[in-house]
Amino acid sequence: MTTPDLATSLRALRDGGRKLLVPYITGGYPGWQDAIRACAANGADAVEIGIPFSDPVMDGPVIQQASQAALEGGTTPQSVLEEVPSLDVDIPLAVMTYYNLVHHDGPIRFASRLAEAGVTGAILPDLPLEESDEWAAAADDAGVATIMLAAPTAPDDRLPRIVERARGFVYSVGLLGVTGERDTLAETATALAERLKAVTDTPVLVGVGVSNAEQAATAVQVADGVIQGASMVRRLMESGPDEVGRYVAEVRAAIDAV
Amino acid sequence: MTIAERRDDSLMSEPDTSGRFGEFGGRFVPETLVPACQELEEGFREAWADPQWREELNVALRDYAGRPSGLSECHRLGEQLGLRLLLKREDLNHTGSHKINNVLGQAFLAKRMGKTRLVAETGAGQHGVASATAAALLGMECKVYMGAVDVERQALNVFRMQLLGAEVEPVHSGSRTLKDAVNEAMRDWVATVGNTHYCLGSVMGPHPYPWMVRQFHRVIGDEAREQARALLGDDPDVVTACVGGGSNALGIFSGFVDTRSRLVGVEPRGGAAVSRSIPGVVHGMRSYLMQDEYGQVEEAHSISAGLDYPGIGPEHSYLASIGRADYPTVTDDEVVDAFQLLSQTEGIIPALEPAHALAWVVREAHTMQGQTVLLNLSGRGDKDVGQMMDVLKDRL
Repeated sequence: MTTPDLATSLRALRDGGRKLLVPYITGGYPGWQDAIRACAANGADAVEIGIPFSDPVMDGPVIQQASQAALEGGTTPQSVLEEVPSLDVDIPLAVMTYYNLVHHDGPIRFASRLAEAGVTGAILPDLPLEESDEWAAAADDAGVATIMLAAPTAPDDRLPRIVERARGFVYSVGLLGVTGERDTLAETATALAERLKAVTDTPVLVGVGVSNAEQAATAVQVADGVIQGASMVRRLMESGPDEVGRYVAEVRAAIDAV
Repeated sequence: MTIAERRDDSLMSEPDTSGRFGEFGGRFVPETLVPACQELEEGFREAWADPQWREELNVALRDYAGRPSGLSECHRLGEQLGLRLLLKREDLNHTGSHKINNVLGQAFLAKRMGKTRLVAETGAGQHGVASATAAALLGMECKVYMGAVDVERQALNVFRMQLLGAEVEPVHSGSRTLKDAVNEAMRDWVATVGNTHYCLGSVMGPHPYPWMVRQFHRVIGDEAREQARALLGDDPDVVTACVGGGSNALGIFSGFVDTRSRLVGVEPRGGAAVSRSIPGVVHGMRSYLMQDEYGQVEEAHSISAGLDYPGIGPEHSYLASIGRADYPTVTDDEVVDAFQLLSQTEGIIPALEPAHALAWVVREAHTMQGQTVLLNLSGRGDKDVGQMMDVLKDRL
């Protein structure tokens, strides 16, 4: 099965009125492949696969722990990407990783490796707009969407430049802080999504600090969808892939009801 | 001749607008921090150009930190090694190392920018102590991240920071040393950027830090140049310093980069970023970086917690790439010998970090016979005495 193109697929779904759900799963953590299949089977619109890095500065304790466990188990960028074709899912796939892994390979080579594996999106949280030209050009050439992050700290004049560079969707960072579950959805989550929606037609998804079905439902009242990472990975670590699937179904139902 | 007049600013001047020295440097940070880095760059430019602010900082460096630091000639050790050895005495600064120069600069700047809280990373604890000191001096809140391994081997400095009113947070992720403390400090800053300044302790990180921190330390080189000329009537043949991130080295190099002096930065063998010459991107910068075949950052190993860092400041990578400075390495054993040697021949107990530079001088002395060597003694050894009691218990 060929996985669909991320940008095309998400825009079509959004235009059709669907709220988008993109779970994050740490590649290489035991059970990660089944967790992605469970996401696909329970209503995820795409999956973000984490390629673990030794120094994940945008990640909180849960994803740090999963990344470290995966690395200790011998996970490499290559070992994750080699597994991707055998996932056999019918939803688009993106990767989330840190720029040194791209830089080490070289942007052109890394982008083509992603494309060969069937990955059509990439999120690089430590590669801001000003440093992104080389990577973004290589990714465009390879048919990989560069998903740009926008943060609550961005002044108004910065957002149009970010969304112009964004492909696939815009990652609207929900709060000031790193990935991880929070008791409540930060006010910044909907506020930034609203600012972004005002300047772009590209889908806007809120991630970082969207921690449960209820918070996801609140976020999609403004945004086109949500990314959920720590709440997925914690369930994978505590209970395994089936629990991830059950949780995806729960979030799906909540955002469909909005 | 005043310092301002004599500068040839072609080397060690400003980085380009993207924060690069040649192909090194840049600003590889999460989007959340980009506006903060931009504000910091602007704030630093304004402050640095403001004579009144510079005067306030200079008064603090003089009356609080104890500058200028002295220049000591090591007569006994020099004779033994067959060269003239001069020490720039940063160990005599308040808080015991060069770190106070940068910390006072950043804390005064943070205050000027309206920040009320400092976060810092620390390896050996010297930068943490200096940050806690500046926070106490200026009435700011301070949190210091320190690898759990370092918390254990530098217990005295942990207590110092606490005594000064700072909160010390042990970091248990990754290699549990300096690199991971930087990660955790950056995570804190991502969440608290409104009221918090990240008081980064070396010439590393995203633009403007490598440039700004070097400017705060160039007082070392400026003083040493005047002092060396007064003593020798000439510039030294060799200027050497230890390098982890590399702030004390850039501080002293900045006084001599436009002279004939040979510049030598000494790295620990187990933390040698330059030797392998592979550029990488971590902690906000592109620079030489110890990494595996996939680009995962490797853990540095050194007897000195302050040099236990897999990267190096980007301006060092640049100076290495153009051949202006050399970056040899020394082993832990050579460092231990040098630590003892300086103590016993000169009555100066050095920190383990500058003992690296001395270890290189001792090893290579036969190639420098009759030459003049200026070594930046970046810190004093009090903090290392507990650790060295174990190492040397059978030797003394």
